[in-house]
Amino acid sequence: MRSEGSPLLLKIAALACVAFLHVPLLLIFLYAFTTEEKSFQFPPPGYTTKWFGVVWERQDIWDAIGLSVKVASIATFLALVLGTCAAAAVSRAKFFGRDHISLLFILPIALPGIVTGIALRSAFGIMDIPFSTWTIVLGHTTFCMVVVYNNVLARFRRTSGNMIEASMDLGADGFQTFRYVVLPQIASALLAGGMLAFALSFDEVIVTTFTAGQQSTLPIWMLNELIRPRQRPITNVVAIFVIAVTFIPILAAYYLTREGEHTGGAGK
Amino acid sequence: MSLTRSISNSLFKHPSGFLALLLTPPLLWLGIAFLGSLSVFLFHAFFSIDEFSGFIKYELTFSTFAELFRLSNFDVIVRSLVMATAVTLASVVIAFPFAYFAARFARGKWKALFYILVMLPLWSSYLVKVYAWKLILAKEGIISWLAGELHLTWALDALLAIPVIGGPSLSISFLGTFLVFVYVWLPFMILPTQAALERVPVNLIDASSDLGGTPAQTFRNVIFPLALPGIIAGSIFTFSLTLGDYIIPQIIGNSSYFLGQTVYTLQGTAGNIPLAAAFTVVPIVIMGIYLAIAKRMGAFDAL
Repeated sequence: MRSEGSPLLLKIAALACVAFLHVPLLLIFLYAFTTEEKSFQFPPPGYTTKWFGVVWERQDIWDAIGLSVKVASIATFLALVLGTCAAAAVSRAKFFGRDHISLLFILPIALPGIVTGIALRSAFGIMDIPFSTWTIVLGHTTFCMVVVYNNVLARFRRTSGNMIEASMDLGADGFQTFRYVVLPQIASALLAGGMLAFALSFDEVIVTTFTAGQQSTLPIWMLNELIRPRQRPITNVVAIFVIAVTFIPILAAYYLTREGEHTGGAGK
Repeated sequence: MSLTRSISNSLFKHPSGFLALLLTPPLLWLGIAFLGSLSVFLFHAFFSIDEFSGFIKYELTFSTFAELFRLSNFDVIVRSLVMATAVTLASVVIAFPFAYFAARFARGKWKALFYILVMLPLWSSYLVKVYAWKLILAKEGIISWLAGELHLTWALDALLAIPVIGGPSLSISFLGTFLVFVYVWLPFMILPTQAALERVPVNLIDASSDLGGTPAQTFRNVIFPLALPGIIAGSIFTFSLTLGDYIIPQIIGNSSYFLGQTVYTLQGTAGNIPLAAAFTVVPIVIMGIYLAIAKRMGAFDAL
């Protein structure tokens, strides 16, 4: 018999890993209240909440948030449609070149983001496409699609095709089957994939630097602030806002896919 | 109704047609927007730049590829490869104990908690994470403060005095760049490793110890080989992401260039699209080889 319980050393290593992952994020919360403007002094010399008010008044930050939300919404929608189609095709059928196609679908995240970005930028240049919201959306959809594809594919693999055949045998047409059988099975995976895609797009900076031109999404705003820090306390507050905005969909996506494992379990 | 019925019937009768219908939109998107623009861009690597006018000469040549082997350019490639390898190895070492603990000893609520504890940093903002490390590594930041409180400032100074990896402060050294890379990509290593470890059947481990294997032998001959596909799957991410990142070294580190920054500068301010394309081929080729090996070792089933 192996010994029950975990070795102490393993426990310590695991806890150290948790601390390594989380302490840096917690520090940002502390820094958002610092009175120090010119440096990253630790411990902060004093505490204040005035920076939250300052950020609230800043139109450039609101504009950046607006653009980010717009891009993320459109990219997520397109990714949901395209990713689900791809997942359905790859999971249901065996066809010539399926392995290559499934490789192609993960390529946008397997290759470094800069490759996607630079390729798009040069294509826009060659075709004389001016930078706009849509050029950003084009880049984001490419990798958001992969997230949806992965989520939905995992769900399709866990659900069996029997129910679809049963539905058709009982006289439902393809659209009814999709609406009443397939959709409920994959709904939570879709929602989870969509939320993750949204979070990914909302946060994306590498591809965006190539496809945005002079436009400023929230990550681009932050990047400029990181390269040339001018307004440190404001950046701290924006960072907290970004953490909050991305944490909510992540937690929601987690609970959705977890629920799905219990309820959508027919014919695992 | 009869129309939808007849459409759906014909689709059901001709599964290949249905398949084509499903595959066409995503394939078109990836084929045109992604592969199309990628191949056009990469093809520029076969052109060269006219040294006098600065314009692209549209004649096929390998001279641009040959330029990659010029010392200053080759340095960038080697530096990026070394960094990607170091980051990947460090991620394995840090991720494994956590993944093992979460997979084998955490139960029920704890398991869910561990999962969330990895997912939150994984999905939280990349820039915010980098920013957090700018706060931490700054000369006036928490690490210097901690070292001072613990009377370890000498140790920190000794670390920073190491040639090549050291520097005036952690935020201006390779050591800092390395730390941030490990931090940012670590969750990508934890998740597949943990997934692979979860799939190791407990009775195999019991069998190994029943047959007289010491814990070390069991680990080396049973657990590790079974976890390897997961580790390799994770390494695809840590390696590829480090190789292509151009933001972290720009914000934290000395001013040495990595692949990503080089490409970015070449296509932007330097205006040398052919050389930028040739440089882009490097990580693609490296990742192609890497993915081929990973596929052979079963890493794709562990994703």
